[in-house]
Amino acid sequence: MSSEDIRRALSRIAHEVLEHQRGAQDLVLVGMQTRGVPLARRIAERIKEFESIEVPVGALDISLYRDDVSLRRSRVRPTDIPVAIDSKKVLLVDDVLFTGRSIRAAMDALTDMGRPKSIQLAVLVDRGHRELPIRADYVGKNVPTALDEEVQVRLVETDGRDEVVIQKGGGAP
Amino acid sequence: MRTVQIPEATTVGQPAERVAWNKRHVLDLDEFSRQEMEAVLDTSSAMKDVLHRDIKKVPTLRGKSILTLFYESSTRTRVSFEQAGKVLSADVINISSGTSSAAKGESLLDTLLTLQSMAADVIVIRHPSSGAPYLAARHLGHASVVNAGDGTHAHPTQALLDAFTIREKRGRLEGLRVAIVGDVAHSRVARSNLWGLTRMGAHVVLCGPPTLMPWDLLKGRETTPGHPFGAVEVELDLEKALPDADVIMALRLQKERQQMGAIPSLREYARLWQVNTERLALCRPDVLLMHPGPMNEGVEISPEAAHGPHSVVQEQVTNGVAVRMALLYLLCGPAESS
Repeated sequence: MSSEDIRRALSRIAHEVLEHQRGAQDLVLVGMQTRGVPLARRIAERIKEFESIEVPVGALDISLYRDDVSLRRSRVRPTDIPVAIDSKKVLLVDDVLFTGRSIRAAMDALTDMGRPKSIQLAVLVDRGHRELPIRADYVGKNVPTALDEEVQVRLVETDGRDEVVIQKGGGAP
Repeated sequence: MRTVQIPEATTVGQPAERVAWNKRHVLDLDEFSRQEMEAVLDTSSAMKDVLHRDIKKVPTLRGKSILTLFYESSTRTRVSFEQAGKVLSADVINISSGTSSAAKGESLLDTLLTLQSMAADVIVIRHPSSGAPYLAARHLGHASVVNAGDGTHAHPTQALLDAFTIREKRGRLEGLRVAIVGDVAHSRVARSNLWGLTRMGAHVVLCGPPTLMPWDLLKGRETTPGHPFGAVEVELDLEKALPDADVIMALRLQKERQQMGAIPSLREYARLWQVNTERLALCRPDVLLMHPGPMNEGVEISPEAAHGPHSVVQEQVTNGVAVRMALLYLLCGPAESS
């Protein structure tokens, strides 16, 4: 995906969210560390453009909720959700949906923080290979991949430019 | 649309997902690189967020066992490790020497092997003999060892929480002047802080009576190039050390280790070395006053100073839990990070 493709996909997701949720009432965007956070901010900017509503944006780190603590030592980043999520419609935002394990961890983390009215999921790329019964409500692009490929999302905020590339032989999930 | 690209050697600004950490034990900070210290401090800030939530529990270390083995009295360190383990959902068992088989004469090594055989993942040990945790680390095949204070040698988790507190309050450690005041020679806290603070680029000034200076550590620093404490200053006049200090670390006068007459009397010690309101008036208005606890109020620190506006003593305690959570998390990861 080029930066134009990313821009269009995020605009479409913002429109779909507003359509399905019938506006942005009670909506909270929660980006998953690291690249879900700038994506969530961008969707919030689009929503503001389209509907002139300021939607709160938070950041969620799931390292402490992972099921593979003994297998990998992930860097723990800050979690910062500026509003109480009780009775809110939470939209989780991540860059790539793969096995679904991160999303499982994110839902555990969110339910420890409160009782949202609903949790929905938006991802820029769905690359398939789910290991859990999880699906995204909003998808930027479905990209069929082989298991040994690696999908890299790069964003201006974290990597200096916008693009999605697939690399051969990326290895472990 | 599918763009296939050759992987690049460097990716601009891409943060590493894995942590710079390759340790099985935490024995003292002389073994820590700056990257490793930063990994602990960064992880600690995320852990501190968890302590401020309504539900102070995350499932991270579910199924891990942490054993604390204390051969010396302690409130904050032991409870801090216990709280850290419990917030991370580990199972924590506390053993103190008085109620263990040590009272029946079992050797330290046998006790440790027994505990390891009960499938402990981390053994936290405090012992009056310097070096005891090293003995443990040498002989334990599976469990990780954390030094929670050994004799007059080291107290690395305290020094990490001190570094964390300074960095949190001042945004950095590099270039700050930290005056460590009092009974430096007997203080394992000061010794570990010497390693940690100098590694992080802080400027350490040791201040106290010459009989209580750690001359063993400082030996040869003026003549040996590359001496780890080459830049450490010794200042024997407290009132000269205070005005430039960004941080004052008051140390507990270890009355239990004062049998050899290093000080004439408590009263004289307090008169010359106590951090009090009058002396704080000589300092920068934003000076941080720290103390590792337990405090002898009225000896090395006055009650007004200890509970005054400069004091961060209570925050040190909270940060201690966060730092120990970070260490337990890092130690319970995979055996070797690739």
